[in-house]
Amino acid sequence: MPIRDDVVVVGGGLAGSMAALSAAESGAQVRLISHKKSTLRQASGLVDVLGAVNGDAPVSDPFAAVDQLPDKHPYRVVGVGGIREGLRRFDDVVGDRYRGAHTDRNALVVTHGGTVKPTARYPVSVAPGLASAEEDTLLVGFRGLTDFDAGAAADHLEAAGVPFDVDGSTVDFPIQFRDDARTTRFARALDKDQKDVRARLADAVVAELDAHDRVGFPAMLGDDHEPEVREFLEGRLSATVFQIPTGPPSLLGMQLEDLLIDALERAEVRLSTGNPAVGYETDEGELTAVTVDRRGRDVPYYADEFVLATGGLVGKGIDSDRESVVEPLFGCHVPHPADRYEWSEAEAFGDHAFARFGVVPDDDLRPTDADGDVHFRNLRAAGGVLGGADVAREKSAAGVSISTGTYAGRRAGEETVR
Amino acid sequence: MSNAPSALVIGGGSTGCGIVRDLAMRGLDVTLVEKGNLTHGTTGRMHGLLHSGGRYAVADQSSATECIEENRVLRRIATHCVEMTGGLFVQRPEDEDEYFERKLEGCRECGIPAEVLSPEEAREIEPHLARDIERAIRVPDGAIDPFRLCVANAAAAIDHGARVETHAEVTDVLVENGEAVGVEIEHESGEGSFVHGEAGEREEIYADHIINATGAWAGQIGDMAGVDVAVRPSKGVMTIMNVRQVDTVINRCKPKGDADIVVPHETTCILGTTDEEVDDPEDYPEEGWEVDMMIDTLSKLVPMLSEARTIRSFWGVRPLYEPPAVASEDPTDITRDFFLLDHDDRDDLPGMTSIVGGKLTTYRLMAEKIADHVCDRLDVDAECRTAEEPLPGSEDFSVLRDWMDEFGLRSPVGRRSAERLGSRMDEVIGEWDGPNPTVCECEAVTRAEIHDAIEGAGSDLNAVRLRTRASMGNCQGAFCCHRMANELVPEYDEVVARDAFEDLYQERWKGERHALWGQQLSQATLKHMLHATTMNRDSDPAATEEPVDFGAFDPGPDATSAPGAGTESAGGPDDAVADGGTGIEAAGGPDRDGSNPAGETDADS
Repeated sequence: MPIRDDVVVVGGGLAGSMAALSAAESGAQVRLISHKKSTLRQASGLVDVLGAVNGDAPVSDPFAAVDQLPDKHPYRVVGVGGIREGLRRFDDVVGDRYRGAHTDRNALVVTHGGTVKPTARYPVSVAPGLASAEEDTLLVGFRGLTDFDAGAAADHLEAAGVPFDVDGSTVDFPIQFRDDARTTRFARALDKDQKDVRARLADAVVAELDAHDRVGFPAMLGDDHEPEVREFLEGRLSATVFQIPTGPPSLLGMQLEDLLIDALERAEVRLSTGNPAVGYETDEGELTAVTVDRRGRDVPYYADEFVLATGGLVGKGIDSDRESVVEPLFGCHVPHPADRYEWSEAEAFGDHAFARFGVVPDDDLRPTDADGDVHFRNLRAAGGVLGGADVAREKSAAGVSISTGTYAGRRAGEETVR
Repeated sequence: MSNAPSALVIGGGSTGCGIVRDLAMRGLDVTLVEKGNLTHGTTGRMHGLLHSGGRYAVADQSSATECIEENRVLRRIATHCVEMTGGLFVQRPEDEDEYFERKLEGCRECGIPAEVLSPEEAREIEPHLARDIERAIRVPDGAIDPFRLCVANAAAAIDHGARVETHAEVTDVLVENGEAVGVEIEHESGEGSFVHGEAGEREEIYADHIINATGAWAGQIGDMAGVDVAVRPSKGVMTIMNVRQVDTVINRCKPKGDADIVVPHETTCILGTTDEEVDDPEDYPEEGWEVDMMIDTLSKLVPMLSEARTIRSFWGVRPLYEPPAVASEDPTDITRDFFLLDHDDRDDLPGMTSIVGGKLTTYRLMAEKIADHVCDRLDVDAECRTAEEPLPGSEDFSVLRDWMDEFGLRSPVGRRSAERLGSRMDEVIGEWDGPNPTVCECEAVTRAEIHDAIEGAGSDLNAVRLRTRASMGNCQGAFCCHRMANELVPEYDEVVARDAFEDLYQERWKGERHALWGQQLSQATLKHMLHATTMNRDSDPAATEEPVDFGAFDPGPDATSAPGAGTESAGGPDDAVADGGTGIEAAGGPDRDGSNPAGETDADS
């Protein structure tokens, strides 16, 4: 029997998940196809909306800054209203696990490199550490951990002019792991309170405390039981305890992924994971199916509406060779300079063309060809696969995924139940 | 001050490092100055081939003979810098039989062990060789790490009392009464270990003899002394692959040509190269077609290269020299031999000698010749011992044990460390106190090795990179640049670490740009995301003049102590929540009040 749903979403990252949830909300039967683990686990778990525009950073009100973005930016398609709609849906998904919905203003979150960065939503464990709260801070790192150096981060924050005193301290983690143990190892030990590790950690940090109001750790204070660990430490230290988002492997990113998966299951979205989408079928110019390679066999997944949320260059939703840049699944048009040396700038943090590579949407997020005509009436794109945004420099990655995912999913759902 | 005669060596490439070691071992009071890191010039920008001499066996037999002799010496004195991969000269159907025969004969005439292999035998050694090759000659080519080699030579020199100053550029050659007597240098930071941001200073160093070992830059030093050294710099491209597609050096068996060699090097393969004369050794075009030619041409020998991933490309400048009378038009015709220019004999300028031409494989021999010459000039009677005494790190083979148990390192990490450190393993890893986590995962470099390199190189993370290979793997520093910078603190200030980090990151980017397609573009985008998005390094408030108005930002839902400036902003964006929270229409219009009274960065825009 053929596999048929109302909406098929290809891609299981933030954009694809939001699209699936949004489509399901409209009453449609939704299937989400994902191949590999999403890039969320490489991301910090923060939800940036817009933090830098035209060289001005940090931006304090992301909504007010949207109209300074170029016309082709995905935010200009969904508008401020679309961004707000996406954030509302996101807030529903994450519930009390995230903060930031109380204000339009960006928060400045301490990064593991000791800078601050503007973001719109942040995990609840990150909230007490915001740089705009004037509370004296102790950062704590661990001797065996190379990604975060508390002393360097504290000095860097002071150089950034934060409005509080900040010190850094490096302690030994109470349990000795192999030298190159990952943060997930530390988190698991704290989760399970192996060998009384919570109390021993508190003891190690107490010795370093000097009337600090709050204490920041790299985000490894447990996984499932992180709130418990934090509460315990706060009791012992008589100070607020917060987490500092990290690079991969990022516990906060993985926890966000878990929240999305829970929400997808609640919404009864059908999940097909582990196999790549490799092709499609059409009928009179309309997309009728996406085909998935299941152990060498092409299996069509039929639907009325489709959302392409396969990611950008990192997630391989956009691919390239020495001559050209392509969207590999549908062959959607991806504008790019002919000379690959124009894809990047000489400065490492320059205004790289490659950062904006992606498909060109019409005003309904449908990918268009070189002439501006839509590829398929019933295909919309969301997230990193969309071009026109340098989400790294703008600090807009999550916001673009959430708003375009929500928009594309809602529209797909509306079309099928109409 | 010692009473020994003194010598000053300009240039910290393989030749200069070889000379300073040799002269120090002969008891001279010797100083080496280098304007960048050790290997800053051509030495750090070569394919890492330890020649068997096979490449010169037809056209330049004296070079070929020197190569095989020095090849044997280096295998003995620099074991921890050399990997004896073996090499093949591969003949394709379109390549001439006659040249193949001459190559074989030439190898034998020069004492280079050479054995003819059938295509099947060749593919047994290297399964990825093209199906249609005719045959191959096996020779004892190898791979050599030029960074490790230079650092080991410099370390040996320092052990024998030499002074080595990196980041010290010669700004003038001091000539008094018609004699070269010293140099003026400008230290980029202070004297000794390099520290980012530390004020520079000038210094005059006098010596009984000055040796100009600056390779492609020899003409510039010559100019300062008023002598003409007509080096003919010739550029060549090298493209680095993500893995070792081959484990043997693969040469194309045909007369001179571009893109005719693949050298396995550490975790990578290096494709080379081109040969094109340039005017300025520091300013020449680096172009994509050169990279394309490496991939397309060498794919004829190893077809899988056409679809393989490259991680970066770089260019080097050969310091070619020929006596001006020869006047070759094509740089590929210029000899690879080296020349000792005695400026007393040649230009009536006593006190200075230049050494030009040559190649890395024969660096020790070149150093020996010039050290002989300097000793002769200074009436020093001392034997050269550099061919017998192993370099620091190569004294003892027993280091290639199983390091896992001994130092708590996972086996592959320990093995890689032992390969790099050789007999220094005990000193660097064994004596390390405290946790020794892996800092660079691609190249398996641990904290102890990083600190050993910092001790030798100061705050310069590019020098740390060259000594350890940290950040030289597939991710090109995406996951380890910041970790390396963290290791500088607290010995160095955070701001020093930040500058060093920027320098390293930018240096990595320069070469990555030549590999930006396919998987490596994907990798580079991830790196961009990690460093710009996750760490916000591209708009780091600590690096900008404009202070951040922290009061204009969300202090958190439960904040009890918002900064003073917050009161000003409270009436602005926060009021909008009420409007914006109700629906798309209410908030989405362009008429929404976009002003932001407190966010001063916005006010500027």
